[in-house]
Amino acid sequence: MPAKQIGNVTIDVDGDGFMTNPLQWTKDVAAALAREEGLAELTAAHWKVIEYLQKELKENGAVPTVRKINKSGIISTKELYEIFPGGPAKKAARIAGLAKPVGCV
Amino acid sequence: MKKLIILGAGTGGTMMANHFAKRLDLSDWSITVIDRDDEHYYQPGFLFIPFGFTTIEKITRKRSKFLPRGVEFIISEVERIDPADSAVILTDGRKLAYDFLIIATGARIEPSETPGLLDGWRDSIFDFYTPDGAVALAKRFKAFNGGTVAVHITEMPIKCPVAPLEFVFFADHCLGKRKMRDKAEIVFVTPLSAAFTKPVAARRLGALLEKRGIRTVTDFAVERVDASARKLLSYDGREVPYDLLVTVPTNMGDELIERSGMGDELRFIPTDPQTLRSKGYENVFVLGDATNLPSSKAGSVAHFQAELLVENVLRTIKNEPLAAEFDGHSNCFIETGGGQAILLDFNYEVEPLPGRFPFPVIGPLPLLKPSRLNHIGKLAFRWIYWNMLLKARRIPFIPAKMSKAGKKFPLQLES
Repeated sequence: MPAKQIGNVTIDVDGDGFMTNPLQWTKDVAAALAREEGLAELTAAHWKVIEYLQKELKENGAVPTVRKINKSGIISTKELYEIFPGGPAKKAARIAGLAKPVGCV
Repeated sequence: MKKLIILGAGTGGTMMANHFAKRLDLSDWSITVIDRDDEHYYQPGFLFIPFGFTTIEKITRKRSKFLPRGVEFIISEVERIDPADSAVILTDGRKLAYDFLIIATGARIEPSETPGLLDGWRDSIFDFYTPDGAVALAKRFKAFNGGTVAVHITEMPIKCPVAPLEFVFFADHCLGKRKMRDKAEIVFVTPLSAAFTKPVAARRLGALLEKRGIRTVTDFAVERVDASARKLLSYDGREVPYDLLVTVPTNMGDELIERSGMGDELRFIPTDPQTLRSKGYENVFVLGDATNLPSSKAGSVAHFQAELLVENVLRTIKNEPLAAEFDGHSNCFIETGGGQAILLDFNYEVEPLPGRFPFPVIGPLPLLKPSRLNHIGKLAFRWIYWNMLLKARRIPFIPAKMSKAGKKFPLQLES
């Protein structure tokens, strides 16, 4: 299991850079991961999504899909793509310290 | 008399009816299968229709012909399932109680989920996941005289995730034969980051697309379609113009699942990935495309699931703990055009890898490599489907759980 140094903390990550130990996640770690994803700053809208993903994982055991995030009413898919450009589901999950969303074959 | 109800008489439901008719004592058990019509399509055949390789008549049979004796078949829409009361309610109000319920209601395309898609539907926008769609596309493709063909996946998961790739390979081959390939651009548009979800297969398939002059647009999350301007538009502001759009719309479970309050946001039923028991109800089991599992939505998967699911239901009946564990095993042929095909064999854990199948070294089928033999295998599979698979006869040498023997793992590949 590769480890990664962020500031003065070490986090365990998988081969794709997703955290494997949720206990190591902090808001500073999130901000550092966000910078790696090309997001200079995490705004209130970002945090709303991050907190929703964490809550969903805790309650349902799975990282929600873009479709489910949209349906939840916290943010529209269009805005989600605006604030997490590229792959919002993967990016937001990585910053939130969650496992890589399971892709369907 | 105990009652077992199976919803859906497609691939999964028909196989389960045949398994149970062999394994349950029909003097103690009544088995009822319910579907909305009596048309059973060999769904892998839909891909062949647009190119004139087969016809709808050749791939359609009566559902009732494949159900065993002693099983009741009801043709009706189902209003809803009442899982708390262990009952199925038909649209005419009839209420059928069950001891065990098997849900095999499949997945369907929902073009209305994408704004603008229905504006150009069956005019410049086509699908090949429905019988009438495949037939309409055959007519349109025959008349195609140049321009851009965009083959497009809206969002995952979709049934038979390799079918859109097969479509582009066939389109390339057929346009070449018609001496029109230089007048046509073929674009493959996918929400994934590569041609396939798993790395080894993605690299090999990506290379094949490139070799055939097919442009690939990846990470394309479609926001809407502008049918009058003939453009696909993504959430991140990209555009893909087309003259002919062949799309795979959002796939969703049956509306019945939503009406019954049993589905997720795509109407797929939360299912235990190993035991195939529904997460909500102890006497409800799910197989095939209707589940929310990360296995492929494909007939081979339903076949492997059926062999294990029958054991689990029989154990539940005898009050024994569930044991048979589904490993996500999937097996599929990818037509690459020109009489060749690639074979994939994989599961939840192991991605599609090169090697030989079903026996190590001797094969005879090569994995993850175009070959004539795989194409013959795919054609032979239609006979196997109607005559062995649906009737729940064991297919020799193909186990329900994936075998690692004969596969070359990434570390071996690098060395």
